[in-house]
Amino acid sequence: MKRRQRERTLLLTGWGRTAPTAARVVRPRTAEQVAEALAAAGPRGAIARGLGRSYGDAAQAAGGLVLDCTGLTGPIRLDTERGEVTAPAGTSTGRLIDHLLERGWFVPVTPGTRHVTLGGAIAADVHGKNHHADSSLGAHLRSLTVAVPAGGVRRVGPDGDGADLFWATVGGMGLTGVVTEATLSVLPVETAHMKVDTDRTASLERSLELMSADSGHPYSVCWVDLLAKGAAMGRGVLTRAHHARVADLPPPLRRAPLRHRAAALPAAPPEMPFGLLNRWSVGAFNTAYFSAAPRRRRSEVRPAASFFHPLDAVRNWNRLYGPRGLVQYQFVLPLGAEDTLAAVMEGLSRAGAPSFLAVLKRMGESVPAPLSFPRPGWTLAVDLPAGLPGLGPLLRGFDEMLLAAGGRLYLAKDSRTDAATVRAMYPELPAWQRVRERVDPDGVLVSDLARRLELVRP
Amino acid sequence: MRDSTGRVRTVLLLGGRSEIGLAVVERLVRDGAREVVLAARGGAADPPGTLAALGATLHSVDFDAALPDTHTATVAEAVSLVGDLDVVVDAFGVLGEQSEYEADPAAAARAAAVNYTGHVSAGLAVAARLREQGHGALVVLSSVAGVRVRRFNFVYGSAKAGLDGFAQGLADSLHGSGARVLVVRPGYVPTRMSAHVAPAPFPATPGQVAEAVRSGLRSGATTVWVPRVLGPLFTGMRLLPRPLWRRLNR
Repeated sequence: MKRRQRERTLLLTGWGRTAPTAARVVRPRTAEQVAEALAAAGPRGAIARGLGRSYGDAAQAAGGLVLDCTGLTGPIRLDTERGEVTAPAGTSTGRLIDHLLERGWFVPVTPGTRHVTLGGAIAADVHGKNHHADSSLGAHLRSLTVAVPAGGVRRVGPDGDGADLFWATVGGMGLTGVVTEATLSVLPVETAHMKVDTDRTASLERSLELMSADSGHPYSVCWVDLLAKGAAMGRGVLTRAHHARVADLPPPLRRAPLRHRAAALPAAPPEMPFGLLNRWSVGAFNTAYFSAAPRRRRSEVRPAASFFHPLDAVRNWNRLYGPRGLVQYQFVLPLGAEDTLAAVMEGLSRAGAPSFLAVLKRMGESVPAPLSFPRPGWTLAVDLPAGLPGLGPLLRGFDEMLLAAGGRLYLAKDSRTDAATVRAMYPELPAWQRVRERVDPDGVLVSDLARRLELVRP
Repeated sequence: MRDSTGRVRTVLLLGGRSEIGLAVVERLVRDGAREVVLAARGGAADPPGTLAALGATLHSVDFDAALPDTHTATVAEAVSLVGDLDVVVDAFGVLGEQSEYEADPAAAARAAAVNYTGHVSAGLAVAARLREQGHGALVVLSSVAGVRVRRFNFVYGSAKAGLDGFAQGLADSLHGSGARVLVVRPGYVPTRMSAHVAPAPFPATPGQVAEAVRSGLRSGATTVWVPRVLGPLFTGMRLLPRPLWRRLNR
């Protein structure tokens, strides 16, 4: 007789800590337990959850069942012959990086935090600082194992039979099945360090110009000061990097070039009665950060951990936004829509929106996944306090500007747009829905995001 | 679903002709609510045109506060019309003449049934649904009249006192369920219902009540007073000695 999985009822939110809803939570440890949980989901449906780093409501299911997939762990299998790694979906990016780096390999794509599960990264089709050169995670996946409500556990790849389920699952926000294992290609590296070039940019034009010409660097990202006004609007700090070779390291580091350690600072206090981040504190931070950055520095050697995941050093930094939480607004605009990009940034600057995390980056080729976010062009990600007066209308205005310019929002970050906007931004949504209806005809997989944006039938 | 900026999609108004209730609904519609269910006796025959003009789809259901056996079905009907209930505004009530109540005890009991026990059955029916869906807010229109009952309207005031206590207990019972209760305590609000009552100090308009509800829903408050000054004022009034209190209230 099979033992019923232990259930707890919990209030869940995303990383933005807004709009909590209650769900029963189970923690399956195997693909079979995932399939069992889906079969017993109940009338309010089920959704997978990883480490809870989606900003909005993608990994919660009000009144339903949430599958905490962090229990899907086990051995990581590296095939150096084929240059690929296979890992259970609950493996975090951090753990994968630790495992690979000491063996001289690196993940093909990492988002801005190491605390995402492989399954969650696939569901959001995450991108990293190398998107302009290497595309999103989906481009590097060789195969997926997915538990689907319509019948058991399937193994699918990017080509051939099951390719439509594969691509519907990449970026599919967990609504086509629960990924239980994945195989992805990996990148050989000589060291656990990055060779970083830094440039302070005086204006948005200059930032865009430098990033347009950065084809020589696989990694590039620009931090932007949105509180700067006038001509300084869009000033920033651009960092571009390569994986360092042994010969690039200073002699003391050459003895153990693959040694690395994740950075750690004190965590943010557990409960803040009010946010510490406001226009003045963030303005001061931004000015200090901008001024402290070198005007131009070349070939600085930095640990990979601090280059890729600087914010991970402050655990629970999202709490700095106080009890009302934060909203992250991330969009991509096609090349040629720089005027709209500048207009949105000016709008944020005019609203005095205190964002200490505004990140601009150029995006490259997209993958053939209907709901995958990245498109060639410019992406901007901005953190904003959810309690900012007038935030709703401000962002709805930006949505309209994006729509007019052929831009789109990132579902893994969204917590506030509406169904009609998403339908217009993702024209392949009906094609994705057809695949979904085949693998989940009874509509078992549903999240608060899916309900709010009407991605699935009500 | 409520989004991170506080916008909701669906609203159910229990007491579909209540001026304060409709003002709250209008405020939520202005912020983006798109589906509105008005629940009133015989259905809301003549809903205000402003809601539709603002882009909301209006639905009407029959709801009789004096028939507790029907309340679960009323809530279910609203759900079948619009799906999950994001905000339920519990705004029904009657405000008669105290002197007439004193002359007609049965009429007083009927009014008390609408003002108190009707909310018990409706509130519990709503709470069961919100618990099941794992999210949603119930806004209960209480009154300062129930904070300390006054000689000149004690039939109404005692029912509001009961309602207020019920709503607070319900809020605690829903803790951790994803659902919540917002208790609203307005002072004197000039409306059709209160037209026969002498004006009191610190009056509020239905629009002010609506604004307070909106910010209470966004901030996660459990109680709002309208206007805000009534909070400390009534906390002080509760401490007044009885003989003084009696005289203050005619």
